[in-house]
Amino acid sequence: MTIVIRNGRVIDPASHTDRVADLLIVDGRVAAVAPNLAAPNLSSPDVEVFDATGMIVAPGFIDMHVHLREPGFEHAENIESGSRTAAAGGFTSVCCMPNTKPVNDSKTVTSYIVEQARKKAAVNVFPIGAITRGSGGEELAAIGAMKAAGAVAISDDGLPVMNSRVMRRAMEFARSYDLPIIQHCEDLNLSAGGDMHEGVPSVRWGLRGIPAASEDVMVARDLVLAQLTGARYHVAHISTRNAVAMVEYARQQGLPVTCETTPHHFSLSDEEMAPYDSNYKMKPPLRSCGHRDAVVEGLVAGTISAIATDHAPHAGSEKMQEFERCPFGIIGLETALALAMEGLVITGKISLTRMVELFTTGPEAVMRLGRGTLAPGAPGDVTVFSTDVTWTYDVNQSPSRSRNSPFHGKTFRGGPMATVVNGAFVWRRG
Amino acid sequence: MPAGLLGIEELDRAEIEAILARAKYFQPVQNQTVKKLDTLRGKMIVNLFYEASTRTRTSFEIAAKRLSADAVSITASGSSVSKGESLVDTLNTLAAMRPDAIVMRHAASGAPHFLARHLPTPIINAGDGTHEHPTQALLDARTILDRRERLEGLKVAIIGDIAHSRVARSNVHLLSKFGAEIVLCGPASLLPVELAQLAPGVRLTTDIRDAIRQADVIMMLRVQLERQHEAAFPASEYFQFYGLRLEHMDLARPDAIVMHPGPINRGRELSSEVADFTRSVILNQVENGIAVRMAVLEKVIG
Repeated sequence: MTIVIRNGRVIDPASHTDRVADLLIVDGRVAAVAPNLAAPNLSSPDVEVFDATGMIVAPGFIDMHVHLREPGFEHAENIESGSRTAAAGGFTSVCCMPNTKPVNDSKTVTSYIVEQARKKAAVNVFPIGAITRGSGGEELAAIGAMKAAGAVAISDDGLPVMNSRVMRRAMEFARSYDLPIIQHCEDLNLSAGGDMHEGVPSVRWGLRGIPAASEDVMVARDLVLAQLTGARYHVAHISTRNAVAMVEYARQQGLPVTCETTPHHFSLSDEEMAPYDSNYKMKPPLRSCGHRDAVVEGLVAGTISAIATDHAPHAGSEKMQEFERCPFGIIGLETALALAMEGLVITGKISLTRMVELFTTGPEAVMRLGRGTLAPGAPGDVTVFSTDVTWTYDVNQSPSRSRNSPFHGKTFRGGPMATVVNGAFVWRRG
Repeated sequence: MPAGLLGIEELDRAEIEAILARAKYFQPVQNQTVKKLDTLRGKMIVNLFYEASTRTRTSFEIAAKRLSADAVSITASGSSVSKGESLVDTLNTLAAMRPDAIVMRHAASGAPHFLARHLPTPIINAGDGTHEHPTQALLDARTILDRRERLEGLKVAIIGDIAHSRVARSNVHLLSKFGAEIVLCGPASLLPVELAQLAPGVRLTTDIRDAIRQADVIMMLRVQLERQHEAAFPASEYFQFYGLRLEHMDLARPDAIVMHPGPINRGRELSSEVADFTRSVILNQVENGIAVRMAVLEKVIG
């Protein structure tokens, strides 16, 4: 199988490439990147040509934080539907969180996910194993066994590890296994009962608030432990001014600390929530403008090195309840690129190249998947996108089994055009 | 979506004035021998109360019946809600029986707003979580206007667990629209600073004497022990610092009135002497509750 992607603007930050060129992929791997590549036998049925004139050709995007809900919650999503949704968003690799049922805290579940992905996934799927057994926050999970079975990181995402002693030990193990440890930063005692950001809208609407302090307190504690243990520590879905500032401080001290943010956290604030609409309910919550602006500043400054969607499918009936009863989370794989274009690139905050980094080299540096570049020999994962295409998001057409997005009906300028995984097209627009 | 009544925040002055004027028109009905008008004959109103309530539910029932409407009351504990039926399913089932309106009280803020987006039946909010209780604010305004020319420029002190009070929020929205000066007073842990931005004309204080000084209206709120999720203030100290006593009345204007949405906790929010004294209008509030709810039902269904 040979693919030629012609005449696109190839942006590959890892190899410092930014030029119009053809991309040749042979048998699942990048063979060459150069202008006017001599075309192989074009009439052969084994050769597929894609005209990328006017489009950007980038290494396949990596989403290091998604929820695929399999095993256990297949009514909301499964590995197959989630992977097809990823492909429709231009993603070629996803890392899936372990809050499945049962929790992925063992080699059995990790192996199951790897096997299901091998059989059914449209994109590369890398499991993240739990930090603690059942993500109960007490006993450490079988980290070594999960790594051997294919886990690329550990996290109890959905929950924080509240106990500092347990977190310290987990960091020490993560360091010894050379795995990143990803924390969902929330002090459950401070956030207790909260349904949205603690601010003017929450007081106006009579909803219990989650103070920014609940994230800050946990980030502060974890950074102290990260300094103590030397672990590769990563803050999931960072959302507050203080948290971004503290991560920046830690990085300046030379600690191997990183963080990611979601498209909704750099795009929306609590003032833009439709009142009591659970499509705006997630954790961490949409915060006030000041925090959202600090997240954008963190992306501009490089403190935040990755965009990750935290794609969190929930069945329709679960999100169709009174606000306080609805589970937290929204889907996001299909709208991530367009939101980054709209909120960051078109507004002039970051360059197109920087945006590509946030979807490629940034997550790759944390997760070390061996992807995120178009250098010859690299896996044939490609994201082709347009900065001009106008399209309207119809969530009812999504390959996802869930519909919980606040962006249904929104018209975007810019979006994915084609997705190639291991040298084969897995999605095309239209 | 058909117009019900979800909150005060989205009403304008003219709509509020119209309701208050109709309520005034309905006030004499309570003193008649035959306390009935034909206005809503043939209409059916369902009262769906997910939270404990005697006075509001009874008030809505009586209001409906005074207008010759039929009223059915459902309380959550006796219904299929306890069999695990979701809110949407319960409402869809009721809506299929084609009531002319559903009067709803629910413990979740925004529950009626959520339902109004999906249901064809007009919904009247009888209290949603800690968000709004629009008919309470309307009857409070009617009660004040029974004794004062206008709301503009009145100094109104609202004292108690403001953070968790839907009565406070609805009153703030209403009084602010009419240019009253509102002071919210309570323990700091129950007085989030964001309240000052709820509407124009609001200030906050944790000192009851500061709140009451020169007040025209003093509204005492019930301390909401069943709605708090944490002990935000020691119960034994509440009366000492935030309970209204007779000697406080010297700080207010000589003709100041004392109000309370009920039910009152004697010795907690206010002393028995204050509850019973001549400038307490608590029972007038209850009377006006029926007149105001008649006006609201007429507006929504008539």
